[in-house]
Amino acid sequence: MNTADLQTPLKRVRGLGSAKSGTHHFIVQRITAVALIPLVLWSIWLALMLLHADYVAAQALLQQPLNAVLMIAFVLALFWHAQLGLQVVIEDYVHTRWREITLQVAVKFLCVLGALACALAVVRIALGK
Amino acid sequence: MAEFTLPKNSKVQKGKKYPAKADAKNVRTFRIYRWDPDDSANPRMDEYEIDLAACGPMVLDALIKIKNEVDSTLTFRRSCREGICGSCAMNIDGTNTLACTKAIGECKGDVKIHPLPSMPVVKDLVPDMTHFYAQYASIKPWIRTQSTPLPDQERLQSKEDRSKLDGLYECILCACCSTACPSYWWNSDRYLGPAILLQAYRWIADSRDEDTGARLDDLEDPFKLYRCHTIMNCARTCPKGLNPAKAIAEIKQLMVARQS
Repeated sequence: MNTADLQTPLKRVRGLGSAKSGTHHFIVQRITAVALIPLVLWSIWLALMLLHADYVAAQALLQQPLNAVLMIAFVLALFWHAQLGLQVVIEDYVHTRWREITLQVAVKFLCVLGALACALAVVRIALGK
Repeated sequence: MAEFTLPKNSKVQKGKKYPAKADAKNVRTFRIYRWDPDDSANPRMDEYEIDLAACGPMVLDALIKIKNEVDSTLTFRRSCREGICGSCAMNIDGTNTLACTKAIGECKGDVKIHPLPSMPVVKDLVPDMTHFYAQYASIKPWIRTQSTPLPDQERLQSKEDRSKLDGLYECILCACCSTACPSYWWNSDRYLGPAILLQAYRWIADSRDEDTGARLDDLEDPFKLYRCHTIMNCARTCPKGLNPAKAIAEIKQLMVARQS
């Protein structure tokens, strides 16, 4: 008989015990979601303002400090929230250990890079001449 | 990856047909999942035509009639036949429920009956509940106290505190909710599922229990608790009309409350 057959069902259920975490993830996921509600509405307003605008007009709009700050806040909240959500999706569905770890790390890297690239783009537009 | 299709040897095939007697007045077809561990055949759906004029009103009545009069090999659990033991939990007409409290008249078209989804099948409609019961044991579902009670007094509870257990104590652990939960399908090895989390909250909400913190500690886990994504299948399917999703939400609220 192998080990699994000799273990009690309770031993398998209790496993490695509680990770004593998850609440922080739960809270941050909700805070970023709440932050994204006004930010998404604002970004839709901005996109509508940019309809038929040329680069100079778009730059002028983003150079306003409020718009530049909100745009950076929007991309940071977006990528942060996306990373938290994708982490859960991968935990839910990917059960091959090496695939799961690879995906989790890749998602985190891509989200950080995406957020930094977007923030830099906003800074360049806002500070450019 | 999560498995979205059945393995080859679990694919359900067409089974035998047992026609009604010629003098039957009100015929209804029951299509029932059959699987026998003693042969190597795939599961199959057998069709039984039953005369409802000579059958009780509930799905369990029809199952008992089939076993008594048509096919004695049909295997299922049943005991109280009044919705209090939870033995006859199965998937009827696409929804997990108790065969004893589900009226045949409520089902649309042929009455399709499967065992509870995602559970290993022992035989026909009998699922293996070992893991589910072990999960129940793991939350230590009994009163846990540090103080010694007075020798001449029980542990008292106000009527108001007692009413906080309404909607929780009625759970009969039939597993309809847990086996209706997609999160439980994919991650039942680590996720406790709605039934067990409702039971855990039943003790967290009990004013006489003194181990609330330790109970929350044990649940605070990305998988044990936080696999609940508020899909709400549990509340929709519960044959006792309970709301496990609400109990889970209460646990999550307490987790946040003790952080801030």
